[in-house]
Amino acid sequence: MSDPFLQVRDLKVHFPVRTGGLFVGQYSPLKAVDGVTFDLNPGETLGVVGESGCGKSTLGRAVLQLVGATDGVVSWLGTDLTSLNKKELIAARENLQIVFQDPLASLDPRMTAGDIIAEPLRNYRPTLTKADRRKMVEDMMERVGLLPRMINRYPHEFSGGQCQRIGIARAMILRPRLVICDEPVSALDVSIQAQVVNLLMDLQRDFGLALLFISHDLAIVRHISHRVLVLYLGKVMELADKAALYATPRHPYTQALLSAVPIPDPTKERNKDRVLLTGDLPSPLDPPSGCVFRTRCPRASSVCAETTPMLESAGEGQAVACHHWRD
Amino acid sequence: MTSVLEIDKLFVSFATPDGAVEAVTGVSLSVEAGECLGLVGESGSGKSQTFMAAMGLLADNGTATGHIRLDGINLLSATEKQLNKVRGERIAMIFQDPMTSLTPHMKIGRQLSEVLIEHQGADKETGRRRALEMLDRVHIPEAERRLDMYPHELSGGLRQRVMIAMALMCEPEVIIADEPTTALDVTVQAQILDLLTEVKDNLGAAIVLITHDLGVVAGLADRVAVMYAGRIVEQGTVGDIFATPTHPYTQGLLACTPRLDVETEELVTIAGQPPNLQNLPTGCSFHPRCPHVFDQCKAQRPSLEKMPGGQARACFHAAMGAAE
Repeated sequence: MSDPFLQVRDLKVHFPVRTGGLFVGQYSPLKAVDGVTFDLNPGETLGVVGESGCGKSTLGRAVLQLVGATDGVVSWLGTDLTSLNKKELIAARENLQIVFQDPLASLDPRMTAGDIIAEPLRNYRPTLTKADRRKMVEDMMERVGLLPRMINRYPHEFSGGQCQRIGIARAMILRPRLVICDEPVSALDVSIQAQVVNLLMDLQRDFGLALLFISHDLAIVRHISHRVLVLYLGKVMELADKAALYATPRHPYTQALLSAVPIPDPTKERNKDRVLLTGDLPSPLDPPSGCVFRTRCPRASSVCAETTPMLESAGEGQAVACHHWRD
Repeated sequence: MTSVLEIDKLFVSFATPDGAVEAVTGVSLSVEAGECLGLVGESGSGKSQTFMAAMGLLADNGTATGHIRLDGINLLSATEKQLNKVRGERIAMIFQDPMTSLTPHMKIGRQLSEVLIEHQGADKETGRRRALEMLDRVHIPEAERRLDMYPHELSGGLRQRVMIAMALMCEPEVIIADEPTTALDVTVQAQILDLLTEVKDNLGAAIVLITHDLGVVAGLADRVAVMYAGRIVEQGTVGDIFATPTHPYTQGLLACTPRLDVETEELVTIAGQPPNLQNLPTGCSFHPRCPHVFDQCKAQRPSLEKMPGGQARACFHAAMGAAE
């Protein structure tokens, strides 16, 4: 791919957190995202997985500059978004949209479905006539599987799955080129999850969309992604093509994550080998030295405490940050 | 085997300003000692309310009719005093969210020992000693130190272990685990599932596992009941349910769950939305979403029928297929 589409380089988002001091606060940086680098190409889905607090949502927001980056570059079509002023950023966001996790909370309860979906049009295409706008909204509603006659209903009159379709319609109405999906199906029932995942994949195919699909659900990520980024405490543990990641995970954390997912098959589930991790996520305010994963890693050795492993190639389309991946 | 807890034709309804909501309609279930029953369903299927009724924990606007028998006592007609004797001592519950189900201003040690002091008249010292034993048993590191901590000082996984320890304090006959791992990260979930398996194998208690996650059920349950819109639509051994599901809803649920072990081209979906409990479809509640629907399904409600192998399902289509 010669044309740069989305390039994220050494992105850091640090939040100052008050950790003491009575009158004069003492602040420590909470490194939510700490040196993340990846590319995303048109029509591609990059899955971002990790446990709560690993920084995956912050990463999504930092790409859109909804939270400011502390350091690093988010280059969109060759322009660094972190260097833009507010007005330029708003213009750039026409092509960048986001779908949130909680479908009801992310919709304004006092606006009708039609108004919610039309809002980006009012902001970015102010010259459209009312009739044209309505036509576009109705077409988009139909496209995402909503009945256009529901255009005047309010969010509370829709089910969770339908609300998520409204959120997707709002994100799609400007025909963006990149959509960030932040846990878009986590709040939905299993039978509805599949509907929404299929819709996102259809839209991607029809519009050549790039998706940054953030999720804790490794099975869904396997289904929807082309490549997968595994995050732990704000750092990339592994970045690989889907097939490689799921067939031959190289990082001990990826291996543990994959083996922890319950499989809906009693025989397989009861007989599989599990890489059990001990303990819990360390505090992100006081991450371990060297490799951040070493405190829970079954392969940790002294070198892990001393040097931070760099992301290195571990075969075709697979990169891993671990001192011991060859062991 | 004899059942410890037996539910017979349970109905639960909630009075709301917009009319009654029938959350559970005619559910019959039983659990035996040493077995784990998985109760699967999506939100609003009535899986939690079935056992909330058993514990006498329905919301104020809820009423339950039918029978829920624990060792001859009908829990539905029991007095509050009788219920208090049963709850915590003979039936214990593990909830989804360990933060909101632990008392935030009470130290872990006191919360645990209180169960024993209340139910068995134990003194403080015995209570504390037993609490320590239990924390060890659920593999909480540095148990002694944790006794003097407050819930907010523990991580989600540790809090859920404390909940399990609390449930085990009186060695109950029945443990009801309502979505015990849903709020946890996947690596922590794996640890808690291992612990529950250990509890099941060593304790001889009956475990009811309420969950929407088919993977969790596959790992832990011996028998499975699938609920939809307040009814059991299919029931059988865990092997049968996963290998030969007969109800279209069970089949649909299994097909639309993305899997880690199999590469899927396109996810199969169950069309439509879960039904509104205030306005249930006529006949079989699943018929508007069912790929095999025919006239009888819209007119009549299928009852749960047992097949020769012991698997039971409430479906006209499956019954016809079997007859052919």
